[in-house]
Amino acid sequence: MEYICELKNISKRFHTINHETKAIDNLSMKVKKGEIVSIVGPSGSGKSTVLNLIGKLEKPSEGEVIVNTNSIGFMFQKDQLYEWRNIFKNCLLGLEVKNAVTEENKAKVIDMLKKYELYSFRNHYPSQLSGGMRQRAALVRTLAIEPDLLLLDEPFSALDYQTRLSVGNEVGQILRREKISTVLVTHDIPEAVSISDRVIVFTERPAKIKKEYIIEFKECQDDRTPMNCRNTLEFGEYFRQIWRDLDAGKE
Amino acid sequence: MREKNKKKDFNISKEHSDYLKSIKRENYFIRITQILVFVFFIAIWEWAARYKHIDVFLTSSPGAIYKLIVRFIEDGSLIKHLSISTMETIAGFFAGTILGLLTAILLWWFRRLARIMDPYIVILNSLPKTALAPIIILWAGMGFSGIVATAASISVIVTTMTLYTGFINVEKDKIVLLKTMGANKFQVLNKVVIPSNIPNILSVIRVNIGLSWIGVIVGEFLVSKAGIGYLILYGSQTFKLDLVMMGVFVLGVVAAIMYFFASWLEKIVIKY
Repeated sequence: MEYICELKNISKRFHTINHETKAIDNLSMKVKKGEIVSIVGPSGSGKSTVLNLIGKLEKPSEGEVIVNTNSIGFMFQKDQLYEWRNIFKNCLLGLEVKNAVTEENKAKVIDMLKKYELYSFRNHYPSQLSGGMRQRAALVRTLAIEPDLLLLDEPFSALDYQTRLSVGNEVGQILRREKISTVLVTHDIPEAVSISDRVIVFTERPAKIKKEYIIEFKECQDDRTPMNCRNTLEFGEYFRQIWRDLDAGKE
Repeated sequence: MREKNKKKDFNISKEHSDYLKSIKRENYFIRITQILVFVFFIAIWEWAARYKHIDVFLTSSPGAIYKLIVRFIEDGSLIKHLSISTMETIAGFFAGTILGLLTAILLWWFRRLARIMDPYIVILNSLPKTALAPIIILWAGMGFSGIVATAASISVIVTTMTLYTGFINVEKDKIVLLKTMGANKFQVLNKVVIPSNIPNILSVIRVNIGLSWIGVIVGEFLVSKAGIGYLILYGSQTFKLDLVMMGVFVLGVVAAIMYFFASWLEKIVIKY
């Protein structure tokens, strides 16, 4: 089995003048190619730090991070669209940075905008779009560089509940269809269960792996959209178990 | 603005059209009153001057100023003085703004340098720059170059400080996003730091036009042989208050034109 990324015995400490905080303690995990992995855990448990380590935004204090690609896409809680660029130009940002704005790539971005129903808004500025549309635009911007590995840091939590369900449903299907390896950090258990192949539960800080669940839905194997998954009995069972893990951690 | 233009609904309710009318009426009232204030001020001034309620020797009068302006326009000297001062202002403005922008970029790029320079910049900023004018004129030359340098010196420090503050306060996550795409420092500057500070840069431009005029007038007071500042100083030294008042009036008109030009620029550049 090929792995897209691998963390080996990672520890991470943060330093301020008065404190030293251990965020991650001897953590090891692997993500297979094409796999969608979610990380859930108490807030402040170092979930985002794991993403930053994989994305090479930070270095581990100990241990080794192996990432078998140069093409990583990041998505954050806020869409971080640049308000001075229109939607099309925002989507070209990653390609610009990589000096890869070719006619061919532009055409690809236009195709994606059409696919995600943003084409007629390509000349609009972000402030003129709704939250859900903005998040879809952020996804197009992220996918435009054709990442082999997608790192999602609570990408839907700034959206209202309704939009969050529908955008989560769409994005989940896109990831599965395009077979993009993904690490999703979230505190929303149903979101994690409905989208992922595997859910990793973190302990309180310093983060260790508390439990791991392989998520399988026999009831909707053939049409595994996040929304269909939510309607199965298995879904409730996964939810209850993970809820118990997190709840038990509090005591 | 954009939204408003788009929603051109033809069958609006009576209440809504009344509302629009009341807003229009209010704006109209404000504009008329603004003009009336000016007309009244001029009229009272002229009336008081004619009936000797005020000493024309000290205050001049609108009629006398008008006659002087006409004379100066006819013999071409107004254009001469005005164009000299305007050239000095524009040159000083560009020098101060560009130098300030470059310094701000330099400080942003080398953050350690910014920390080291911090107390000196703060002191320079709190110093009244006009106090430096005599020194600057001695260094840069007793004429056009000295006056331009004076104008630039007034805006350069505050430009540096304002823009540097804007640069370091760019939303951190916007920069992180670009770094996740593999951007280098120059791309961060080019694609986030500068573009997100365009509104800031434009408001600095608007302020700097005014500051450059201050520098030019101070400079002309000190050394010049021509220019609006020279006219004002010459008029006051020879007790020709008509000339002084004319200088101030022309200055007001030109400064206002430049200010509106900058505001207009702001409107067309910022589309989002």
